[in-house]
Amino acid sequence: MTRGKPWAWVVFGLAALYFLLPLIATVDFSLRIRRGTYSLDAYLNVLADPRFQQTFSYSIFIGLTTILVGIFIVLPAAYYVRLRLPQLRPLVEFVTLLPLIIPAIILVFGYIRLYSSSSWLPLLGWQVGGQYIGGPILLTFAYVALGLPYMYRAIDTGLRTIDVQTLTEAATILGANQFAILAQVILPNIVVAVLSGAFLTLAIVIGEFTIASLLNQQVFGVYMQNVGANRAFEPAALAVISFVITWGAMGMIQLLARFAPKTARKE
Amino acid sequence: MAAEFLRIDKLVKAFGTNQVVKGVDVSFNQGEFVTLLGPSGCGKTTILRMIAGFEKPTSGSITVDGHDITTLAPNKRQIGMVFQAYALFPNMNVADNVGFGLKIANVPRAQREARVEEMLKLIGLTGYGKRFPFELSGGQQQRVALARALAPSPRMLLLDEPLSALDAKIRVSLREQIREIQRELGITTVFVTHDQEEALSISDRIVVMNAGNVEQFGAPFEIYNRPQTRFVATFVGQLNTLNATVADAGRKSVQIGASTVTIPALPATARTGEAIALTMRPEAVSLSDVTGRDIQLEGRVAEVHFLGSVIRLKVDLGGNTISLDTFNDQRTPPPTHGTPVRLGIASSDVLVLGS
Ligand SMILES: Nc1ncnc2c1ncn2[C@@H]1O[C@H](COP(=O)(O)OP(=O)(O)O)[C@@H](O)[C@H]1O
Ligand SMILES: [Mg+2]
Repeated sequence: MTRGKPWAWVVFGLAALYFLLPLIATVDFSLRIRRGTYSLDAYLNVLADPRFQQTFSYSIFIGLTTILVGIFIVLPAAYYVRLRLPQLRPLVEFVTLLPLIIPAIILVFGYIRLYSSSSWLPLLGWQVGGQYIGGPILLTFAYVALGLPYMYRAIDTGLRTIDVQTLTEAATILGANQFAILAQVILPNIVVAVLSGAFLTLAIVIGEFTIASLLNQQVFGVYMQNVGANRAFEPAALAVISFVITWGAMGMIQLLARFAPKTARKE
Repeated sequence: MAAEFLRIDKLVKAFGTNQVVKGVDVSFNQGEFVTLLGPSGCGKTTILRMIAGFEKPTSGSITVDGHDITTLAPNKRQIGMVFQAYALFPNMNVADNVGFGLKIANVPRAQREARVEEMLKLIGLTGYGKRFPFELSGGQQQRVALARALAPSPRMLLLDEPLSALDAKIRVSLREQIREIQRELGITTVFVTHDQEEALSISDRIVVMNAGNVEQFGAPFEIYNRPQTRFVATFVGQLNTLNATVADAGRKSVQIGASTVTIPALPATARTGEAIALTMRPEAVSLSDVTGRDIQLEGRVAEVHFLGSVIRLKVDLGGNTISLDTFNDQRTPPPTHGTPVRLGIASSDVLVLGS
């Protein structure tokens, strides 16, 4: 945007208003729980609610598990496609985009049909020490699928910045096996890309409602919906909190980009 | 056992229908420095990658020290390799790069650190252990890559055009350093290059390749002075060609312009009256009558290239043009363009190459 193009500033200003006005209104509303004065009471109410603490920590736990499982699946796959089957990349890219095209509700109904107590694999009925474990497991896998487009793209972009083939061959001839190469050579060089995929995944998981609610899992998104149906000011406070978390995750991605291992200088 | 440390037998590699290595048979001695020399695309890298295990031969075998390794996984071969693109691990510092192979082999930490120090000393980079690859120059990176390849004491060292990304000056000093280290360790080494000067200067023996075939395998002196094919003669060094006619095949006499001379290298298959091409190196031609130079030719200077210690002249002989080298003489300036000159060539230096 140069000084010669004032209309560019006008467009920018309008767009900024479009995004900022609802946000400012929400923040303003969340602070008006007491008549005639601003206060943080709505936030304090939310933070003090034990159900907030439970659902929020459960969502974080599921988010971290999702990230680990996602990396474990996507990193070797993306690496192998780049190294050995580059002609398959368009296909793999298409598959990873499917979660954006197919509504989550289809995924979760499929799960319920396949794994409910009357199916051939009644995963949802499994218990370990009195705890149902099928729900959390399915939830994690569903979230891995939801995060796939972001995780795959982030990791694939990371792999593009390094010479995967030469680094792999250099490590192989020094005696390393596939696992050592991935863990000690490939992953450390794309850790920033992997983390950016991880934060995106976390942002999705924290706000997700549909799948969790149909699998009857008490996560943060479900809690937000409950509170929204029953209270006035607290939902606004929750919206601001989840917004801050999401943008915090995005900010972390930006920050991390500065710590990327530098690639070697060429003469 | 000195002979036949590495043996390559009827090695063939095809990518689809494109055969890029066409039945290569060579064997190298223990401790030998061998260079694969040939133009770009002739299959040098492919052979090296088959020795390393990164490509599977279509047919043929590779034997190291009596053991067939043709199908052995590359990480089990105990071979060191240096790549053209350095290929240092960007996330590790110099010491960790050099120690990587030892760490993979579970060498205890103290022993590993000692070996890394020893290697850094060998390549002249003591004190650089904590630096990262991006902080090093290209020449330094390639030395680290060499140390990394040598640290686990491999049975053999492979280098694929390791100098081609470097400046001319560093290229020369580094190739001397590589050769020195190789001698010191006595490690069998296969070096790939398309640069004939590089090959001639550092190799014990050279495999000259063309289009997937071995053209000649021998010491630099032999390759340069007794090329067996026209390809070798023209690819390695400069070559002059003189058109001539066989005057008497039985007495090996040949007519060049107005003079008749005897050429000992004339093959028995030559027939009287046949047109042939005589070839010779620029340094086999002299500007004045030197004793023993029994072929005398007259011509005019067409071009003068002052190269420093050597002056390269092109002389027009009326139909033939000949390049020759003379040493710079501080007291006598070189002949100028158009000057009539007299050339002397020893008939024993003349080669007759089949096409
Ligand atoms: N992976 C591959 N797939 C198909 N063709 C290849 C492959 N690798 C090399 N080639 C071809 O094989 C020929 C020889 O290549 P290479 O061994 O790299 O030559 P050099 O190292 O002598 O320059 C070239 O024509 C190249 O295009
Ligand atoms: Mg090559």
